[in-house]
Amino acid sequence: MNTKRILHSTEFYIAIIAALFCMIVQIKSGQFFTGNNIVDLLRSFTIPAMFCLGEMMILISGNTDVSFPAIASVSMYVVCTVFDGVFTNPLMFFLMAMLIGLALGAINGIIIAYFKFPALIVTLGTSSLCFGIMQGVFNSKEEPLGEVLYRVGEMKLFSVTNPQSGLTSDMPVLVLAMAALFVLGWFILNKTMLGRGIYAIGGDAIAAERAGFNVFATQMFIYCFSGCMAGMIGVMRATMMLAVHPNNLEGMEMTVIAACVLGGVRITGGKGTVIGAILGMVLMTVISNSLILLGISTQWQKVFTGIIIIIGTAVSAIQTKKNEKKLAVKMAAA
Amino acid sequence: MSDSIIKVTNVKKYFGGVKALDGVDLEIKKGEIHCLAGENGCGKSTIINVISGFYTPDTGKIEIDGVEHAKLTPKQAIASGIQVIYQDLSVFPNLTVMENLALNMELADGKKFVSKKRMREIAKEAILKINFDIDLDELVENLTVADKQLIAISRALLNNAKLIIMDEPTTAITQKEVKSLFKVIKKLQAQNISILFVSHKLDEVFEIAERFTVFRNGKNVASGDTKELDQNKFTYYMTGREIKEEPYAYIEKENSKTILKVKHLSLKNGFEDISFSVKEGEILGITGLLGSGRTELVETIFGYNKADSGEIYIEGKKAVINKVKDGINYGIGYIPPERIKEALFLSQPIADNISITRWDDFSNKLGVIDEKKVNESVDEWVNNLSIKIGSSSDPVRTLSGGNQQKCVLAKWLSLDLKVLILNGPTVGVDIGAKFDIYKLIKELAAKGLAVIIISDDLSEVLTNCNRVLVMRRGKIVVETLPNEVDASKLAALVIAD
Repeated sequence: MNTKRILHSTEFYIAIIAALFCMIVQIKSGQFFTGNNIVDLLRSFTIPAMFCLGEMMILISGNTDVSFPAIASVSMYVVCTVFDGVFTNPLMFFLMAMLIGLALGAINGIIIAYFKFPALIVTLGTSSLCFGIMQGVFNSKEEPLGEVLYRVGEMKLFSVTNPQSGLTSDMPVLVLAMAALFVLGWFILNKTMLGRGIYAIGGDAIAAERAGFNVFATQMFIYCFSGCMAGMIGVMRATMMLAVHPNNLEGMEMTVIAACVLGGVRITGGKGTVIGAILGMVLMTVISNSLILLGISTQWQKVFTGIIIIIGTAVSAIQTKKNEKKLAVKMAAA
Repeated sequence: MSDSIIKVTNVKKYFGGVKALDGVDLEIKKGEIHCLAGENGCGKSTIINVISGFYTPDTGKIEIDGVEHAKLTPKQAIASGIQVIYQDLSVFPNLTVMENLALNMELADGKKFVSKKRMREIAKEAILKINFDIDLDELVENLTVADKQLIAISRALLNNAKLIIMDEPTTAITQKEVKSLFKVIKKLQAQNISILFVSHKLDEVFEIAERFTVFRNGKNVASGDTKELDQNKFTYYMTGREIKEEPYAYIEKENSKTILKVKHLSLKNGFEDISFSVKEGEILGITGLLGSGRTELVETIFGYNKADSGEIYIEGKKAVINKVKDGINYGIGYIPPERIKEALFLSQPIADNISITRWDDFSNKLGVIDEKKVNESVDEWVNNLSIKIGSSSDPVRTLSGGNQQKCVLAKWLSLDLKVLILNGPTVGVDIGAKFDIYKLIKELAAKGLAVIIISDDLSEVLTNCNRVLVMRRGKIVVETLPNEVDASKLAALVIAD
């Protein structure tokens, strides 16, 4: 990538906007760049950011998924209640949740990739199904977290205390998992033919088929991957909250999709980078968590995120229009 | 070894009860440029799919380079050196030139991981084959159609292509780009690669192909040396009808009125200081390259854009045209180039599409439309223009390109028009329907309408107009009469710089 292309990328603009916002908060409150604020931000960033990875792969392939919070919730709930006391190794809980998530993702994948039904409606359906099963079959309610996972939740890398306010924040171990997941996602998308296939399908599915990409297998992979990750993220969420909440992830799909689009993932497919999606989520997190430092009531939070989403989308839309115009001029000159 | 790269004998292919191919033969020699022509639905795409292994024929023989294939698969076809360049080009707009060139190869080699270095090497090798100069890191969506086409060609060459099938490669590119495409094709021929060139533009067929095959309704109707062809024969083979093309004979009468007069009209970034006039019964042709301002000019006359300066006169009176409604009120009708996008409601009934411009006349004070009046008028126009339809309540989408274009014409003609502007009236229209449209335009002009035709197709302009304007960079550079120039001279005027 040369400098000019970086300067024209959505990622660059989002990074600048995020940085500016952080500066403003710092200047206004003096509290932004403090250890415990950064740790707190990272804590609320971890879960949605990990969701971004699966969602962006699906968006890049030209599809969509709104069922991952439901898959995460149901996998987590089943593992934490039904299997509570069964396993002594915490990894087994994660593995089990990933299997459940994988199975649910595979159902999405088969309906969408094999039967070619519209992804938005299908995943709305599976989403409702998952939350419904939790209520109907498991009679879900808030439960305490089992002992094995509780210990995972208490594991921390380090703690920081704010000398002014005396508030302490712990850095959860799970941020390491998040970092590993980002690297994995980046590797799949950029360094494997599977990943390039995801972009190719999002660019032109028929051309991808003709080029020899296995479109069905690729679509199955991304839904399975997304489901599997959702299962794992669900359990991580429970360990961070130190409680089993059956439905407090509901609605997160919109935040995640918005962050992806803000970060330059094209909603119609074919475009997007891991770094962009991360930056999009950074911006969303910083804004929704820092308003209070600016003295703005948290009740205004949604208004601000709304404004940022619209501005952010406008920026990338204007970029696309500019490119189209350039091309039109080029065609005329040819 | 055989001297034919491909020989298809008596191939039949049915879809349900429909005969797509009814016993066709096709033979292409090595290093030959072969043209395949025919109207829509003649079986062109079916034979391409048979040769490339995507369809298995019901009966018939396929020989590639002397080897008979009982059940040809796409993989075998590629391994035997057959490459198809589809009309949509099958490129990935969101990926770089490098990836577009190299991904197929990497997949065919069963690679699981991406190596930028290897891909760059493959891509360089590909563009070198046709000396194509392009930035490998550019995204394909930022390229022109002609460049995308060259990418598709270079990619095909990587797989040791022996036969390249090009499905109507010239429909979306400019004349200048057609010329350079032909140079590339000749270069490929020099490397003993055969080309199957699907086209129904005769001038192109003459220029590039040595032999031709024409299909009609799934059957061979003719094949042979292109030298033996002429326009009348070619049209007859394709349509099964004798169609004679005669230049438009315009006779200026003493009392012929000037219908449209344009004086010093200018639009920023469009055109500059344009003056011309059209009399009743005249068919004025305007040609020029894409971006020469021709479309902007007529759209301004119609009211789609507002001119920055200059005047328009209709029947001698100054006309104030600021919006489309004004243009219509002055009796100007405009048929845009992108018929499907700009002139029709594809999923709506034929009747609605034809009558929409007159709904005001057909409705009562409350704005309720009188269906009976609508249907009478629609039937009248369907008859007048001999539009082939099933029922006027069918969606326009179900009609062929030619009949769709007639619907657009009917929509305007049912108004009391003085000026009719047609922008690319026969793009994507079958040759038979094309001549119907020409005949119709000439009849309309003869009845006193002033007609303007904007077209890329120079022979279309020369045979249907009585006067031709050439535009370059927003200005009229030449005004000429069809009997003063031929197509090649006119082409030179269009391109000259």
